[in-house]
Amino acid sequence: SRFTQQELPACKPILTPKWVISVFLLVSIVFVPIGVASLYASRDVVEIIDRYDTDCIPVANRTDKDLKIQYIQSSVEKTCNRSLRVPKHMKPPVYVYYQLDNFYQNHRRYVKSRSDTQLRSNSSANDTDNCKPEDTTSNGLSIVPCGLIAWSLFNDTYSFSRGNEQLDINKTDISWKSDRDHKFGKDVYPTNFQNGNLTGGKKLNSSIPLSEQEDLIVWMRTAALPTFRKLYGRIEVDLQENDVIQVTLENNYNTYSFNGKKKLVLSTANWLGGKNDFLGIAYVTVGGLCFFLALTFTVVYLVKPR
Amino acid sequence: MTRGRIRAKLRQSHLYTFSCFRQTTTETEGRNSVQGSRLIHCNQPHLHQKKPLKYCSNFISTTKYNVVTFLPKAIFEQFRRVANLYFLLAAALSLTAISPFSPVSMIAPLAFVVGLSMAKEALEDSRRFVQDMKVNLRKASVHKGNGVFGFRPWRKIQVGDVVKVEKDQFFPADLLLLSSSYEDGICYVETMNLDGETNLKVKRCLEVTLPLDDEESFKDFTGIIRCEDPNPNLYTFVGNLEYDRQVFSLDPSQILLRDSKLRNTAYVYGVVVFTGHDSKVMQNATESPSKRSTIEKKMDYVIYILFTLLVMISLISSIGFAVKTKYQVPDWFYLQPQNPDSLFNPKKPALSGFYHLITALILYGYLIPISLYVSIEVVKVLQATFINQDIHMYDEETGNPAQARTSNLNEELGQVDTILSDKTGTLTCNQMDFLKCSIAGTAYGVRSSEVELAAVKQMAIEEDEVDLSNFPLHRDSRHGSGKNVARASEIELETVITANGNHKKSPVKGFSFEDNRLMNGNWLKEPNSDVHLLFFRILAICQTAIPEPDGDTGSFTYEAESPDEGAFLVAAREFGFEFFKRTQSSVFIRERYPDSGHPVEREFKILNLLEFTSKRKRMSVIVRDEHGQILLLCKGADSIIFERLSKTGRMYEEATTRHLNEYGEAGLRTLALAYRKLEESEYATWNNEFQKAKACIGADREGMLERAADMMEREFILVGATAVEDKLQKGVPQCIDKLAQAGLKIWVLTGDKMETAINIGFACSLLRQGMKQICITTMNPDTLPKDGKEAVKEHILNQITNASQMIKLEKDPHAAFALIIDGKTLAHALEDDMKHQFLGLAVDCASVICCRVSPKQKAMVTRLVKEGTGKTTLAIGDGANDVGMIQEADIGVGISGVEGMQAVMASDFSIAQFRFLERLLVVHGHWCYKRIAQMVCYFFYKNIAFGLTLFYFEAFAAFSGQSVYDDWYMLLFNVILTSLPVISLGVFEQDVSSEVCLQFPALYQQGPKNLFFDWYRILGWIANGFYSSLVIFFLNIIIFYDQAFRAGGQTADMETVGTTMFTCIIWAVNCQIALTMSHFTWIQHLFVWGSIVTWYLFLFLYGLMSPLISGNAYSILVEVLGPAPIYWAATLIVTVACNLPYLAHISFQRCFNPMDHHVIQEIKYYKKDVEDQHMWTRERSKARHKTKIGFTARVEAKIRQLRGRLQKKHSNLIAS
Repeated sequence: SRFTQQELPACKPILTPKWVISVFLLVSIVFVPIGVASLYASRDVVEIIDRYDTDCIPVANRTDKDLKIQYIQSSVEKTCNRSLRVPKHMKPPVYVYYQLDNFYQNHRRYVKSRSDTQLRSNSSANDTDNCKPEDTTSNGLSIVPCGLIAWSLFNDTYSFSRGNEQLDINKTDISWKSDRDHKFGKDVYPTNFQNGNLTGGKKLNSSIPLSEQEDLIVWMRTAALPTFRKLYGRIEVDLQENDVIQVTLENNYNTYSFNGKKKLVLSTANWLGGKNDFLGIAYVTVGGLCFFLALTFTVVYLVKPR
Repeated sequence: MTRGRIRAKLRQSHLYTFSCFRQTTTETEGRNSVQGSRLIHCNQPHLHQKKPLKYCSNFISTTKYNVVTFLPKAIFEQFRRVANLYFLLAAALSLTAISPFSPVSMIAPLAFVVGLSMAKEALEDSRRFVQDMKVNLRKASVHKGNGVFGFRPWRKIQVGDVVKVEKDQFFPADLLLLSSSYEDGICYVETMNLDGETNLKVKRCLEVTLPLDDEESFKDFTGIIRCEDPNPNLYTFVGNLEYDRQVFSLDPSQILLRDSKLRNTAYVYGVVVFTGHDSKVMQNATESPSKRSTIEKKMDYVIYILFTLLVMISLISSIGFAVKTKYQVPDWFYLQPQNPDSLFNPKKPALSGFYHLITALILYGYLIPISLYVSIEVVKVLQATFINQDIHMYDEETGNPAQARTSNLNEELGQVDTILSDKTGTLTCNQMDFLKCSIAGTAYGVRSSEVELAAVKQMAIEEDEVDLSNFPLHRDSRHGSGKNVARASEIELETVITANGNHKKSPVKGFSFEDNRLMNGNWLKEPNSDVHLLFFRILAICQTAIPEPDGDTGSFTYEAESPDEGAFLVAAREFGFEFFKRTQSSVFIRERYPDSGHPVEREFKILNLLEFTSKRKRMSVIVRDEHGQILLLCKGADSIIFERLSKTGRMYEEATTRHLNEYGEAGLRTLALAYRKLEESEYATWNNEFQKAKACIGADREGMLERAADMMEREFILVGATAVEDKLQKGVPQCIDKLAQAGLKIWVLTGDKMETAINIGFACSLLRQGMKQICITTMNPDTLPKDGKEAVKEHILNQITNASQMIKLEKDPHAAFALIIDGKTLAHALEDDMKHQFLGLAVDCASVICCRVSPKQKAMVTRLVKEGTGKTTLAIGDGANDVGMIQEADIGVGISGVEGMQAVMASDFSIAQFRFLERLLVVHGHWCYKRIAQMVCYFFYKNIAFGLTLFYFEAFAAFSGQSVYDDWYMLLFNVILTSLPVISLGVFEQDVSSEVCLQFPALYQQGPKNLFFDWYRILGWIANGFYSSLVIFFLNIIIFYDQAFRAGGQTADMETVGTTMFTCIIWAVNCQIALTMSHFTWIQHLFVWGSIVTWYLFLFLYGLMSPLISGNAYSILVEVLGPAPIYWAATLIVTVACNLPYLAHISFQRCFNPMDHHVIQEIKYYKKDVEDQHMWTRERSKARHKTKIGFTARVEAKIRQLRGRLQKKHSNLIAS
């Protein structure tokens, strides 16, 4: 048969100069517009970033790392006020993020320290083998939710006001729907959580099931890089240009021991997501490069045809 | 060889004294077992059921494994590969917490890969098992006691059993022949399975056992055999039989070997001596040496490089980890550094670092392509099936397809540099045609040999070329060569036609003689018709063949020892001297004379037979005819016969010598025939002497026999000479021409004498007129003084250095040299101190012909070429004498034609005809080489592109050993997502079609030059993989840095980034392979694009699974990534960015630095070959490799010569 004789009909594309030039041209024709479009989209996004980790510590404690830690671990009220100016009109929804830096959520010891089965259903509450070293309390009771990730849940809080107007933060629907529906059980309630003598982060209301603890759900999606943002909530009103927004935050989370920064981010989003110039630049660059190559090949082909 | 013989002799004499000693003290025989002796109680197999006389059973097994040992042994075999062992360790460690992956993701691919290899092993072994069982269950007739014989399967036969074997059956074990259906106890044996020789051999039993020739007589038969221990020497046997209180010595002629066949004898009885694996044939079965291809050896180095890289980045990782753990991690409260475990302990960073090293070694294991070996194996098996299936290599006459017997050398076929070829049966058919003869000084036979035909044809060409001179001199030289090429192909065509024509004209196989002076009894009218009569009688009588009546025609066919002899007998038959019956003592001839209507049957009593050996180069029979006249009839090499002629017998010497020279030039094999009349008394005295020599047992027996024979073979009277044509196989000259154009060097190693070899060289265009022949020979050794060895060597060395000097001084670039060397000289030239000079000379010569070489020398020459030049060698041969050469060469090719299976069994590839070698090398070799080379390069590329991204991520994850990808992705990467495209590349890729390969043999040079697997290319691919990994990782990381990636404001988590990155990898590597391929059938399309689709499909299905399995990848495609434009945008830009440099590189190469196949592809693409015939032929001639041998070279040399002459004329004209 033709198969065994290796004579199957085949297309044998070869890279003739015409083909090469048209391929490069085609790529540049497609890429440059995409790049321009995403650059526009990126410019459309309004972003306010406010670093507050140092500013929210009393001046006396700022000088030294140990003092910072001492402050953050003390039980005093750590409220802090910030004011942000809106540089451009921000259409709702305005997303509120917290950004941590130098926080290795992708450390293997950290990533592994969770129990999906336990999160999912009440019946496997004792399934805490993967959660070491935060699996059980000192007297052997299972912790729900167990593991380092849950234990170190971020616990700064933000509230916003514009002049005298309180701006509501919508904290629902900030996590993936599939997570709420299928990964975090409706019948799983926090137990023995943050009861040890060492408190990692936020305490959870033990009367709310995990599927509704959206801060936890967002936090449990570990980030890929040591610098990451996580969604805190949404402001669902327009923010006009030059509005000044007062932020009242409680500075609870200890990033000082590992010299991590904390930032508050307000950002709009469009089809591209948040502000992302890089994608556009990359597309334009590659498109431009292809155009250049097409040009070079054309010139060479014309000057010195084979 | 010689050493073996000496040892055998020693043992024989040793045993002989032993048996003498034993004769006197028969009492002590029971415990008197000499070392190395085997004791066999004939007809008492029950004595062999317990130790120490329990020998191994007749059950044979050639399988590597059995049911019990298969698993452990096969697994052991698998894990002898370093890579597999590494993966096994990784899999074992994956069961501990040290591994970065889940155990299943480590074990599953390993199990798959190892399981596949083992399944292949099991399949191959089961085939062997089935074959063994077939043999083991064959039935043989065995004495069951009281003179009753019954059938029993072979495997139940024991040592000591008496077995009856009937005609055309195989011997079930090594037997001692007791008696046969002939009253003198001889039988004929065909040993094709042992040594590949098709002729029959005679075995003869001891006289004492002659009466044991019916079943009853075995009732009370007992005897004791003492013999050597099992050994692989087929031609020796030392032992004795104690029977009737007497001791008789045994020799190899009483031993019937297992796997040989009884022929022409109704039945034989024999005692089993060696069974099963003790038998000589099984002892002889050597595992053919396992060969590995150059690419595979080089691949190992690349793997080592990758291993080094792996260890290096693992070290970097672990040091990074230790440093981080020591200095930074204590501050990372979220890791609870105050609760350390063994793998993570900030207080003991060094220990943690060490554990992490192991983790890292496993993590980056993706740099080593686990599936590489198995993919290559799969690809090679498929390639081999394509070779087996190729209809163009199927021989219709014999029904033999080409066969790749080992699949792991396919790509080596594309890198062959030197071909070492046997002559007889390989270049020639090994079918002898009686063509001419010279009787009483008159030459007969009008038909011309192929060599003569070729010469005539060449003359015709030359005349053709003279026309060329009529063309104006200044015309386009390109045009000229194009024209010549066209002409050359016409000539080729013509050759084919005449070759076909040749087949019809020979109705009688082995007889192409045509001369009315001799046929139909006309010879009687010739002068000296009595000499003619003698001539024909010698042809008919002086032989050892056995006639077999041919049922249909009533005539006879002959089982002859050599094809020459067969041709003589056929010739004699055609002349009217039909040999029709042979008894032990007589030969019967049916003579037809035209004057008397019916044939006369004559009986010639054979008194003695002096056999042919290669040393004696002659054979004689002494016969007594019906009148009582004793005659010695002899045929032999002319030189031998001529020096033994009597003074009166030289009547025709001059004329015959002239004829012999003519025949030699025509490429024919010649023998001289002579006779001698003997007086009764003369014979009687000599016979006494001869019998004495024959009766003597001992080391000197051979020598004595030879001396006795020598005494008699003197004073000959010359009768005439015969000329037999050894026909060239079909298509051999054309094939050699093509191979030469492909840049291959061809050496011919033959056992024939120099003249014949040179003639054949001319016939197949290996030699041509105008070539400078360098003949290196020794002076006649007899004329040398005794300490001549040094002198001989010096002489040879002189010849070699002179010749080398001559080549160096040669200015004409077109000059070609041919080296011809004979076996004796070769023996000296192959010695350590001289072989390099010899090789240096041989490499400079366009063709090399070694004649009179022994099988061992063939192997030595092969090794010299292989090791001396470091290039790939291919040995091709058909007979048992080529086995050494075939096993020694990088690739052994066996011709599965007429002569036995020995060569084929030892070979790596078998083809039915020499001419298929062209297609095997130029098409399949070329393809397979490119396929495997590209495939291996691509494999490294893809695993580096993938594996390094894991490393980069570590730098962002505190070197903790966390991978950014889901375990399942990584598991599927090598096994499913990228394996099929690369296999389709390895199996189906064709740079140019097979016709183009054959039209442009020069393309083949890409293989021997190793253009596709040199270090530049390998490192280029590695660099490409490195670049791709950088692009994939960093573009993705920056694109998904910290901002939201969707309109919904969600930020990317590790799963999102990992999945996107992995999507990019899948796209990038599959697009890369699409760019690499130049030949897309629907299969490639399906596999390449199918792999990408499979990835999305997998992602979708994986997302559907319970989140307990899929974790964060739960509905990742549908919910998270699918709706995000940035995901698709990232895929697009990364894919393009990855492939852009490669694309630019290959387009640049193609435009400005095209390789041969690029040009041809383009021509084909534009269909220029159809539109523009002229350009096509021009390209073809341009692409021709400059050759110095072959048909084309001949034509070109002629053209040059004529041009030169014209030039001279022209200038002369101008001058005048």
